[in-house]
Amino acid sequence: MTMHAEPSTSPAAETAASALDAPTRTALFETMVLCRTYEEAILREYHADKGPGFDIGKGLVPGEMHLSAGQEPVAAGVCAHLTTDDAVTATHRPHHLAIAHGMDLRAMTAEIFGRETGLGRGRGGHMHLFDPATHFSCSGIIAEGYPPALGQAFAFQRKQTDRVAVAVTGEGAANQGAFHESLNLAARWSLPVVFVVEDNDWAISVPRDAATAVPSNADRAAAYGIPGERVEDNDVEAVYAAAARAVERARSGAGPSLIEIHTLRLWGHFEGDAQGYRPELAEVPSHDPIPRYEKALREAGVLDDDAVQRIRAAAAERVEDAIAYAKSSPLPDPASATSYVFA
Amino acid sequence: MTITDTPTAPAPQASRRLTTSKAMVEAIAQEMERDPAVVYLGEDVGAYGGIFSSTTDLLARFGPERIIDTPISETAFIGLGIGAAVEGMRPIVELMFADFMGVCLDQIYNHMAKIHFESGGNVRVPMVLTTAVGGGYSDGAQHSQCLWGTFAHLPGMKVVVPSNPADAKGLMTSAIRDDNPVVYMFHKGVMGLAWMAKNARSVGDVPDGEHLVPIGKAAVARPGTDVTVVTLSLSVHHALDVAEKLSGEGVEVEVIDLRSLVPLEREAILTSVAKTGHLVVVDEDYLSFGLSGEVVATVTDHDPTMLKAPVHRVAVPDVPIPYAHGLEYAVLPRPDRIEAAIRRSLAL
Repeated sequence: MTMHAEPSTSPAAETAASALDAPTRTALFETMVLCRTYEEAILREYHADKGPGFDIGKGLVPGEMHLSAGQEPVAAGVCAHLTTDDAVTATHRPHHLAIAHGMDLRAMTAEIFGRETGLGRGRGGHMHLFDPATHFSCSGIIAEGYPPALGQAFAFQRKQTDRVAVAVTGEGAANQGAFHESLNLAARWSLPVVFVVEDNDWAISVPRDAATAVPSNADRAAAYGIPGERVEDNDVEAVYAAAARAVERARSGAGPSLIEIHTLRLWGHFEGDAQGYRPELAEVPSHDPIPRYEKALREAGVLDDDAVQRIRAAAAERVEDAIAYAKSSPLPDPASATSYVFA
Repeated sequence: MTITDTPTAPAPQASRRLTTSKAMVEAIAQEMERDPAVVYLGEDVGAYGGIFSSTTDLLARFGPERIIDTPISETAFIGLGIGAAVEGMRPIVELMFADFMGVCLDQIYNHMAKIHFESGGNVRVPMVLTTAVGGGYSDGAQHSQCLWGTFAHLPGMKVVVPSNPADAKGLMTSAIRDDNPVVYMFHKGVMGLAWMAKNARSVGDVPDGEHLVPIGKAAVARPGTDVTVVTLSLSVHHALDVAEKLSGEGVEVEVIDLRSLVPLEREAILTSVAKTGHLVVVDEDYLSFGLSGEVVATVTDHDPTMLKAPVHRVAVPDVPIPYAHGLEYAVLPRPDRIEAAIRRSLAL
């Protein structure tokens, strides 16, 4: 039995004839590159001063760090259909979604560095990014980001807008009560929610097949009478297509949908995770969705060397600007540690 | 037979006598008239009017778009309240019994209570979480707890516990208008329900029109000079009954109704104990690691020499609430236990 993605033996769907135009495909690629560039920079900064050895509480970026490398197709494909008036609730692994949804990189990065200029003035940290400007939030508790998304959708519905809430969680969370309560309630009240499950095969060290009774969490949508769709092979354009259907359904007032995306946890559950439990570890890099999509876009004539270089340089510039901003920002005053409990 | 109350016609005078439940409902209705962002969500809050009459007749008045029966999915609908509050609504969400916190506590203490802090003050969660507390009617260990000490222990939510009709109205109005999450805990025994033994003070004068009681202010329910009883909720009534009785013996008991646990008006406790030098704490929550210890520490942190005698605590002695009537009344802070504690404090 294998619980992870079979190695791709056939070309990814992106290499087949695409329904998308070149600017859309380029934009998806740009988002994926920006997300990855960001995570690579955080990885660099995170490990820069953890020594000697590895002390998780040490350094400019202390604490647990859950990076999203490999899961960029989810963020790019889903958030392409949103504006910053739409809400997104994410998980303990939120960076790619925050970036794709348009969060200000400086404020986000300053929060991850625990600075006073951060989104939460250094009170939240990387698992607790709250951004009123983009209606983005995340929760470090498995599946518990779903219920607040219902409320945002409820408020959008009451205001008679066509705004939607996208609730993202991992495949391990689909076994939590909050997941099922939320699907039922959203379906019964026809709330404008898009439920997204990022199936990266692993709930920390437990493979999905060992924990989940059904082969696809999308099947669970049927229990609540809503559409459920599973996207295979971490295919950004298939994510884009599925999300288009789900977002349109929510905007039109027809109610929620569930999308599960078979994605990839390219790195560990958190930084410092040696992943000894992961038998396919050696082949994981070969499934990286970004080189694969780049190749597809080059073959289709959408991108060339110059374009790729420009995209990578632009991403690096934005990310390094944000890192520099964070590093130069003031730390919170310890005397203010008890502030902001109440409004 | 329905166990909800019959409606009371509005009266023209400046105040009327209402039950606590009707006073609470009046505040909700007035705020719903005033602010279209207020909605009430929970189990059996619609046609039933709330199991403990927290929403009597509101469905008929405001309709199902604003008085909303939910599925039995506390995690989902409390979380929904949080998200709606973040987007500018002012939801009131009812957790039918405080005892049910176990099925939804994550949304309460990890989300509702922490988002403002984690966001560095950038995101507000203006919601009210109403919940019924307390025992005394043989509802057993899972439907009789107060648990306010648990809520108050967890930072980020205000906690109010009205004991009488006027405060029920005034604290509800303040809770709805507060920009923070407020847990509003109403004791079934003070609601004035027709189907449950009730203290005479569960009916009382309630101001007409707008009435606010500030959150974080205790009340001197009865002034006295000899001993301070610090308490809240239904126990206020028991303490007042005992105070009346002892007054006939020449003992003047001062009863402090805390009304708010978060914020706690510690000055009110200190002011009274400074006067009497004797302290009895009466708490229907569990004895250890809770409110009664917090009240005592308030005094001893400030100045232990204020106390002329050891403190006496009357609380549930760290046992689940028993079912059988005699067993339940043996552990609740009933008037006999309160009186005995006062007598010990004063060496009477």
